[in-house]
This record gives sequence, C-alpha cells and structure tokens, in this order.
Amino acid sequence: MLESLYWVIRRDLTIALRRRSDIFTTLIFFMIVVSLFPLGIGPEPDTLRLIAPGVVWVGALLASMLALEQLFSADHRDGTLEQMLLTPQPLAPLVIGKVVAHWLVSGLPLVLISPLLGLQYDLPWEGLRALIISLLLGTPTLSLIGAIGAALTLGLRSGGVLLALLVLPLYVPVLIFGAGAVEATLSGLGGDAHLRMLAAILVASLVLAPLAIAAALRVATD
Amino acid sequence: MASGFVNWFKFSSPATFYPVARTIGRSAAVIAVILIAIGLYMSFFVAPTDYKQGEGYRIIFVHVPASWMSMFIYVVMAIWAALGLIFNTRLSAMMAQSLAPTGAIFAFLSLWTGSFWGKPMWGTWWVWDARITSELLLFFLYLGYMALRSAFDDPRRGDRASAILLLVGVVNVPIIYYSVQWWNTLHQGATIKLGEESTMDDTMLIAMLIMTLGFWAYSIAVAMMRLRNVILERERSAGWVRQMAGEGL
Repeated sequence: MLESLYWVIRRDLTIALRRRSDIFTTLIFFMIVVSLFPLGIGPEPDTLRLIAPGVVWVGALLASMLALEQLFSADHRDGTLEQMLLTPQPLAPLVIGKVVAHWLVSGLPLVLISPLLGLQYDLPWEGLRALIISLLLGTPTLSLIGAIGAALTLGLRSGGVLLALLVLPLYVPVLIFGAGAVEATLSGLGGDAHLRMLAAILVASLVLAPLAIAAALRVATD
Repeated sequence: MASGFVNWFKFSSPATFYPVARTIGRSAAVIAVILIAIGLYMSFFVAPTDYKQGEGYRIIFVHVPASWMSMFIYVVMAIWAALGLIFNTRLSAMMAQSLAPTGAIFAFLSLWTGSFWGKPMWGTWWVWDARITSELLLFFLYLGYMALRSAFDDPRRGDRASAILLLVGVVNVPIIYYSVQWWNTLHQGATIKLGEESTMDDTMLIAMLIMTLGFWAYSIAVAMMRLRNVILERERSAGWVRQMAGEGL
C-alpha cells in the first residue's frame, strides 16, 4: 500500500516537472494577487501590516483553488484514472498520493515564496515565521478539501466556476485559523492555539477527505 | 408488532410515493396556513412590546424560525443523502433535491430579516457577527449544492455527487460555525447576542414556537409539491407517468 502511494507521488511529480510552466503559473498568480492589494488600498505601512495575514492567506486560497482543476482532469481525459480505480489497491492511498504530489507542486511553492510577500508588507520576523508555519499546516488541508471539489466537478462543463462555489465556503475555517495565527503572533498573544487548530484540521481532513474524494471519483468515472 | 409492520421500502419507489406525497403535502399546507395565521396574530397583537427594543423586535418571530429551519433542513437533506447512498433509493435523493430551494430561501430570509432587524437595533445593515457570517456560509453551501446538482446531465450521477457534497458539508458546518465564532470573539471581544431566550416573555416564546411549527409544516408542504414535480420530471418515461398523463389526471 505504501509502495503504491510512493509510485503515485513519483509518477505525478515526474509529470509535473515535465510541465514546469503550470507550477509557475500558480505561483505568479499568487504573487500578482497579493501585490494588487497595496495598489487598491494605498501604501500606508501600518495598514499593510494590519491586512498582510489576511491578504496573503486569501491569495494562497485562490491560488491553490485555481490549481485544483488540473488535479484529476488530465488523468480523467486519457483514462489513467479509470485504470487507477480498477487496480486491486484501495483507492484512498492512491488518492492521498495524488493530493500529496499536487501539494508539492502547487502548495509548497506558495509556502516558500510567502516570506518574500510578507516582507513586501513589512511583517516583522515573528510574523513571517508564523505565516510560513501556518501556510505549511494549512495548504495541505486546502489541497485535501479542494480535491473533493475537483473530483465532484470532474468532467462537468462549468467545472471551474462551480469548483470555486463548492470549495471556498469549506475553506473558511482554514482561512480563519491561518490568518488568525499570524495576527495573534503580531499582536503578542501568541499563535500557538491557532496553529494547533490548523494541525488538528489537517489530521482530520487527512483521514476523512480521501474517503470523500474516492467516492466522488467513482461517481465521476461511472 | 408484526401486524403493525410497515414496509418502508414500498414507499421508496417514486410511483407509490407520488400519491402519498399529495396527501402529505395538502395536509401540511392546511396545517401551515392555520399555524402561521395564529402565529402571526400572536406575534403582532398578543405578544407585548419589548421594553428595550420597542416594536421592531417583532421581526424575530420570522427571523428565528427561519434560521432554525435553514439549519435543520440542511441536516435533513444530509440524512436523505446518506440514505440515498446507502440504500441506493432514487426517492431519497429526490427528497434532498426538493428540500434544497426551501432551505436556501429560509437562509436568505434569515439574513434578510436579520439585516432589517439590525438597522434599527444596531444602526447598521450588516455586522460580521458570528451567527450572521455562518448563516451566510450556509446559504453559500445551499447554492453550491443546487449548482452541482443541476450541472449533471445524468440525474443519478448528480444524485450521488451532490449527496457526497452534502455529507462533506454537514461534517464541515459545525467546524465552520465554531471557527467563525472564535474568529469573531478574538476580533471584537464581547458580541451582541441575537436572541435572549431566557428573559423572554411566555407569549413571545409561544408565538415563536407556533411560527416554527408553521414554518415546519410549510417546508413539508412545499417540499412535497416540489417532490411531485421532480418525480414527474425524472420519471417521465416511466409507464405509470405516461399512463397518468394519457388519462389526463
């Protein structure tokens, strides 16, 4: 079972690394969205520091949502997904493998670039650290929850917009605790409680989401 | 017990439930009209004026039952969805489908009346209060369900996909609710409490309960009417529907 997980991750990573432009599109989208806010709000450093956690987190939310459409669509189109469903392996580990690979190419780059964006907003060092840790704990959850939506909308005509409608309300707790962690750290309260909630949500969705994703994929390939 | 045993699966077929839905829907409609008439009379003429909020508080007789129903209907839909997935019954999914617009309307009504209540009481149409925000998210969840349902050409696939979404949603609703509550208290300290049930006058409470029961009956009535339409639409190629249409009933 672990072996199949390993091979799914390896396969997806190989494919993703051969089409590197997709990774960069998500990343650049994230950077552009975050850079647009100061233009709309004004360059006051105090205001920017105040809105930084929320802006970076909303940017990460949107960027990881945009990347979701590619999660299953290529495999669905060329029939690989059907073959995966037909293997004797349980579907959940395969699904986890796909989500992990997807997070490595779409979520992890966001985490890595986030301190740079935080600096643009003049966040102090503790704030940057909280931002990185909260994104590190939060973005895998976004990928897991988002994968449910991606599997449900697989092969539908209006997939992209529908995906946003389904997934964004479910992202709310992650947004609240993620941005909250940074904010609590900045205000001196300490963001530990928020980070622990993020970790708890991650563990819970790691257990439950693959079941829903697998069920949705079975519906999609019917 | 054996003699009183009802084979519930008999009614899980759309053809047998179609006439039953009519009976249930009609009786529920009558009950709804009576209860809502009594409830509205009580809430406007019997319940005393609130000493703090004046006459404006009377909007809660619609607002609170509507919020309760919007949350309750989502859970009921999730239960139907689960039954549909477990027993593979078409009627369960149709039931969830027919309840969705009513739930969405109640969620919208709750937001609408809430903002009408908030303007004179808080001086603003919208406050990012924990309950208001979670009600808004619930409204989005309803819209998402209905959008996903209608995106499928094959109704059976739509049934199962939207059932999965409902189950995911119902697991998430408490998490969303508590996270929003925590977010709010962290931001603003003490929040304004919407309902103060413990200090409520008896007639107010009774009027509100009657209104709730009335809304309940209304939901059943409307859901049953919609269910009949859904059944006819989806079973239009079935023999019994053609026969009925041919006979002009």
